Amino acid sequence: MLLNFLVAAVVAGTPLIFATLGEIITEKAGNTNLGVEGMMFMGAIIGFIVGQQTNNAILAMIGAGIAGGVGALLYAFLTVSLRANQIVCGLTLTIFGKGFSSFLGQKVMGTLVPASIQQFFVPRPIPVLSSIPYIGKIFFNQDIFVYIGYLLIIGATVYLFRTKPGLNLRAVGESAASADASGINVTLYKYIHIILGGALCGLGGAYMSLVTVPVWQENIIAGRGWIAVALVIFASWHPVKALIGSLLFGGLSIVGFRLQSMGIHVSQYLIDMLPYLATIVIVIISTRKNKKEDMAPADLGNAYFREER
Amino acid sequence: MKKFRKLAALALAATLAMTALTACGSKDASESADKNAETTEDATTVGFIYIGSKNDGGYTQAQNQGTEAVKEYFGDKVNILTAESVAEDKQTVKTNAENMIDNGASIIVGTSFGYMDAMEELSAEHPEVTFLHFSGNKMNDTNFANYFGAMEEPRYLSGIIAGMQTESNKIGYVAAYPYTEVLIGIDAFTLGVQSVNPDAEVKVVYINSWNDPANEKAAAESLLAQGCDVLAQHCDSTGPQVAAEAAGAYAIGYNLANPDAAPKAFLTAPIWHHDKFLVPTIESIINGEFKPVSYYGSMADGYVDLAPMSDLVKPEAKEKVEEIRKQMEAGEFNVFEGPIYDNQGNEVVKEGESLDRAGIWSIDYLVKGATGADN
Repeated sequence: MLLNFLVAAVVAGTPLIFATLGEIITEKAGNTNLGVEGMMFMGAIIGFIVGQQTNNAILAMIGAGIAGGVGALLYAFLTVSLRANQIVCGLTLTIFGKGFSSFLGQKVMGTLVPASIQQFFVPRPIPVLSSIPYIGKIFFNQDIFVYIGYLLIIGATVYLFRTKPGLNLRAVGESAASADASGINVTLYKYIHIILGGALCGLGGAYMSLVTVPVWQENIIAGRGWIAVALVIFASWHPVKALIGSLLFGGLSIVGFRLQSMGIHVSQYLIDMLPYLATIVIVIISTRKNKKEDMAPADLGNAYFREER
Repeated sequence: MKKFRKLAALALAATLAMTALTACGSKDASESADKNAETTEDATTVGFIYIGSKNDGGYTQAQNQGTEAVKEYFGDKVNILTAESVAEDKQTVKTNAENMIDNGASIIVGTSFGYMDAMEELSAEHPEVTFLHFSGNKMNDTNFANYFGAMEEPRYLSGIIAGMQTESNKIGYVAAYPYTEVLIGIDAFTLGVQSVNPDAEVKVVYINSWNDPANEKAAAESLLAQGCDVLAQHCDSTGPQVAAEAAGAYAIGYNLANPDAAPKAFLTAPIWHHDKFLVPTIESIINGEFKPVSYYGSMADGYVDLAPMSDLVKPEAKEKVEEIRKQMEAGEFNVFEGPIYDNQGNEVVKEGESLDRAGIWSIDYLVKGATGADN
């Protein structure tokens, strides 16, 4: 029973893994992109349509990544090149992405993901790892999409904290002026990582439309992009904590239904509040500890004007 | 240069926002304009205001099937205008309706509960226009009527099927919110289940949303994990049906007779025939014989119905359903006939008594055999 719940919690948390990681990478470049929800919508619909047209799960995922990346490119052009307000542009992108998905989704409303793709995303146990008691069943008997999520978390951690470009990226986010002075191409770094972040959000959206629901429905993301934005703070901009947070928030999002069906009645509204309450608690704790590495990148949200350096 | 950049940024942001808005709305506007161009002099124009999109695979699609039937029945005599995804705030509803009236509409149909206050105000401001409101409870004596259906009847029938189909005697019910309309549905369904299988229990999970496909599926999965082998739903997506199919269980849909999402699970679905109200009502408005009513369509009227049962439904269940359906169609069957007990064991309808429409719409309990939060 509990095992079944935890397996479902990983599935519920997977879109959050991608979206949160995407937003962490974006914010490490010093940009707050509130368009996560919109980019997830874009990835969800493009991934779905490409999947239906080609019957190919890999192409569907690539399409979703590109869709999220294109959304992020628009945002990057507005905020990096034109130095427009990041909050406003992000919100606009969210509204745009939702409208975009509803518009393109009209033709495919209520239709299913092709059987071949559903087959591609059935749970596949990883040899050896899946035979670990409990842990194996929960984490290593999932679909390929989930495993890609794990790999990306490991990859992002190594990239951010163990490589030169990762160091440069963090420098851009902490102080774009200093990074510029030390010869880092600030604009290029921002563009690449904002687009990369958008692509990850797109993939998170595609997980919803290709695996979680496998039917196209309007409002398929239903606010999960905003949870991802909260999760970035919860995870204090660290990929591994993002993984833990995503699984925790994913579990919290479905625990109410499990309790209800077991006859334990806790108000669903209360449970819906838990992820946000948890975020507030984490913010309070991390401000009190005041550790540098738990803080937001210092230059987050500021447009960089070289002339004003 | 900086100024230019700011301007360009503004322009781009504006374009983005415009595209987003256009994506939602403009299709209808252009469609309306097209239709308007071919308006003949004496045709009546009817405007439909929808909460969702026409092919949402559920609620609004069912409404739109009614609209299509109106179009087919009246042909050239009626022009149809539609507005999709109209939010439930007063000003948005009024703007859409007034646009339609400016375009010649003399009948406005609003299909969501939250449109009620806007329609009430409109009916006072536009006495020459007739307003028909689905699911509301306000009306007046001249140009404002409401309509709804006795969904409890087909829900009861679908309960009979669930009760005879279940092996585990555990039936799951994915519901939107615990409020009256939903509770009536759960109770009617449970009474249907209990009429053929008193040992079966109906487990209810509320999602607290009308519009979250992933959570509808997650809720369904939690019920399946509890051993439920038949699922019913009062929510709009096909998520529960897809979840049931993946778990090898059966599913009863809602709103539409559409087995495509889960052909190996779909049993049937309680459905609407909105045209059964709209066609005669619009006809009476055209003929000048209209008098506002608070319409409550039953199985006998053909306004609510049970979708054709799939081949998965056991023959004996089909037989039983047809037997009760005949009684309902003859107007001889009341779903809420005493004695009825709530799930705390209190007698809520006494032996020999039954609930009328007002009684049904004051239900605030789950009946014996059903369990859910807030009870």
